[in-house]
Amino acid sequence: MAFLELKNVSKSYAAAGGPVQVLRDINLSIEKGEFVAIVGYSGAGKSTLLSIIAGLLRPDSGTVTLNDLEITEPGPDRGVVFQNYSLLPWLTVHENIYLAVDQLFPNWAPAKKEQHTARHIEMVNLTRARDKKPSELSGGMRQRVAVARALAMDPQILLMDEPLGALDALTRGTLQDEIARIWSEARKTVVLITNDVDEGILLGDRIIPLTAGPGATLGPSIPVNLPRPRDRKAINHYPEFKELRRTVVDYLLGDGGKRTAVVTKKLVLPDIEPEDLSRPMGIWNRRRPVRRSEVKRETIHL
Amino acid sequence: MKEGKFKLDWLILPLLGAMAVLLVWQISSATWAKELPSPSETWAKSKEYVMSPFAKRGEMDQGILRFTWYSLTLVAKGYAIALLIGVPLGFMLGLSKIFSKTFDPLIQVLRPVSPLAWLPLGLVLFLNAGKQASELGALFTIAICAMWPTVLNTAMGVRAVPQDYLNVAKVLKLSRTKTLFKVLIPATLPYMFTGFRLSLGIAWLVIVAAEMLTGRPGVGGFLWQEYNALIYEHIILCILTIGVVGFVLDRLMGLVEKRVSAV
Repeated sequence: MAFLELKNVSKSYAAAGGPVQVLRDINLSIEKGEFVAIVGYSGAGKSTLLSIIAGLLRPDSGTVTLNDLEITEPGPDRGVVFQNYSLLPWLTVHENIYLAVDQLFPNWAPAKKEQHTARHIEMVNLTRARDKKPSELSGGMRQRVAVARALAMDPQILLMDEPLGALDALTRGTLQDEIARIWSEARKTVVLITNDVDEGILLGDRIIPLTAGPGATLGPSIPVNLPRPRDRKAINHYPEFKELRRTVVDYLLGDGGKRTAVVTKKLVLPDIEPEDLSRPMGIWNRRRPVRRSEVKRETIHL
Repeated sequence: MKEGKFKLDWLILPLLGAMAVLLVWQISSATWAKELPSPSETWAKSKEYVMSPFAKRGEMDQGILRFTWYSLTLVAKGYAIALLIGVPLGFMLGLSKIFSKTFDPLIQVLRPVSPLAWLPLGLVLFLNAGKQASELGALFTIAICAMWPTVLNTAMGVRAVPQDYLNVAKVLKLSRTKTLFKVLIPATLPYMFTGFRLSLGIAWLVIVAAEMLTGRPGVGGFLWQEYNALIYEHIILCILTIGVVGFVLDRLMGLVEKRVSAV
């Protein structure tokens, strides 16, 4: 029996114009100690999938089991690293992690809790910033605190929802190496959601593409047999790496991406109408409005 | 030299503004508002009240700071009641949709009612309290008028807590009380303080009205008494005092806000 198992999980959201099916027939089995990367388009439902595994959302159908116990609500045995870090801004780095430790191990002596917290702050190289508030930290440092907090909970499985999505490309590289190093020390089961194929191949034991929405489903699980530790500079020379990359990207851009990705995010754009320079100037030095006789219709065949 | 900035500009510019107002006052009292006392007359008549602010010559004839003290004590009590009722009410409105739907129309109906309308009701409620009646009536009025900014801002703050923080509380399995004290209250604090500041302004406003109507000793009571005694200079003195005290209170609240919500 697998450690984490998802069987026929589906999830729909109610929207104006009928329910929208976000996830369709998700089947996933993860063994203990594995690092699985799930790659997909934005808006495909990756965060929804992770929220279901974490217990923050209930699936419409299907089951999610961890160690044969059905997951019905969130809990510290599934540590989550959110995309937006979710650090409490009025607490320092130390206090943020201590809150988790204090909540999870209430029977420990305070000295032991302090030591546990300090060890995890050290694990992510943030001992110097121990007493700083999140507003005083850079994005990369905040994400490291979030990872430290998730690990301090000593979870059975670590869920990371596009943890490096909000960072610049250079910091991403540094943090990917950090995550790889921490994983090799802690050896937790990890599910990483990402939109970067290279990140998935660099970090994961297996990489599973998520097809484009609506009704996204998991594609074939592709094992990554590259030896660890993986050096991002040397990895480009491995033929297996290029092969893997090609397989995943082909799947996502081809079969997996056949349906157009539907991104339903509300955009608030500034209320500025661009000036149409092709229209002649009218009186008072303003663009003349379009006359009905000037409106033409054009048909384009795709 | 930067545009509009020079040494001590925060002091000189307001002084210039004040002098302009004094000039308008002087001209008005000399031309179209003959009954309005001029600045010099006002100072002459008010000197004894201002120079010996803590003197007590009679119940309604005391130094200006003594009057202010009476008003402030009443405001403090009424304001405390307003906050003690307002904050929990705001939290319940923000946390529970059912509570919000039930009581929101009621709150919107009560909110625009002027303190001058609440005061008679307050006096009626406490008619049987004998000597305490006017004080209790005034406290009731202050509380019920000053409550609303706190209630509404707290409710808005609770609703504005990002879902991310609540998810963290869920993953950590924090109990309801812990979620309240460790996540909800610190996250709502900036909004609550906006409400507190507005409530304080309203409470100070209401006390003057309440004192004028009940004749209690205090700045408002003194103002109304002097109006009836035809000593108009003191009206202006009271107005200035009310304004200055309100300004100081607002600034103090701003300082407290800065210290507490240094997020």
